[in-house]
Amino acid sequence: MAVSSLTAIDESTLVTQAREGDTTAFSELVRRYEGKIFRLAQHVTQNREDAEDVLQETFMKAYEHLDQFQGNSKFYTWIVRIAVNQALMKLRRRKTDKSVSLDEAIDTGEDTVVREIAAWDEDPEQRYTREELGKILDSAVQSLDPPYRSVFLLRDVDELSTEETAEALGLSVPAVKSRLLRARLQLREKLTRYFKRKGGDAFAYM
Amino acid sequence: MLTCRDFLKELSEYLDESLDARLRAELEQHVTECPNCWVIADTTKKTVKIYKGMDPYPIPSDVEARLMAALERKIAARKTAGKTGGCE
Repeated sequence: MAVSSLTAIDESTLVTQAREGDTTAFSELVRRYEGKIFRLAQHVTQNREDAEDVLQETFMKAYEHLDQFQGNSKFYTWIVRIAVNQALMKLRRRKTDKSVSLDEAIDTGEDTVVREIAAWDEDPEQRYTREELGKILDSAVQSLDPPYRSVFLLRDVDELSTEETAEALGLSVPAVKSRLLRARLQLREKLTRYFKRKGGDAFAYM
Repeated sequence: MLTCRDFLKELSEYLDESLDARLRAELEQHVTECPNCWVIADTTKKTVKIYKGMDPYPIPSDVEARLMAALERKIAARKTAGKTGGCE
């Protein structure tokens, strides 16, 4: 089958074809998700070499265990779970003295930190070039604590539902919700530095 | 009467429009009366909007080449194994 015709095929058809042994269909699934998996792996491992290993191991395992994919969740949710497990194993190996988990104890206090309150422009991102904006957004996500980072990426960047994010990360729905809230508020705080309205319009926190 | 802290606690679900009508109405009321919470809600909404659907950078070509090569080896190994009784 020509590669160009594959891009229009929906995910479940590709998965079915791949399960029947169509390696071109599997390669198309890889192409669809390699960028997202690599980004997630880089954010979790904070290391390019480890992220590349995670990327390879994820798709190798997915290929190997394709017959175990039930099809009642999205293919992406399934491979994210594999990727997260691989990434955590990397982290554990790197920090042998300390176990690492996305479920590590985090501050569960309800007092969510809001330090800076200033209005933003209507389309604040237009103040920056695409490249500058990409860097600002990336470094803001990178500065989040790891448990918040992956929840935010899956929920707000990849646009998975709360339930899908919980499934992919092996977390409870309430845990996803509380981490998402904190991630969003922390990012809002960080981005305010770049996006706040200039001049006398921005009012400070009272 | 909602406090700012109550408002913040529900902010995510308020922005995701996943709250029941009554609580939603209370939050909307609060936001019209509290300029600080209005700003927090508005800037958090913009934060989410900016990130939504942000495409990952294309993966570097050397990384992709190594991924595809590794998969080809895997597929070839499986095909060889398949000849000795595995499923194809």
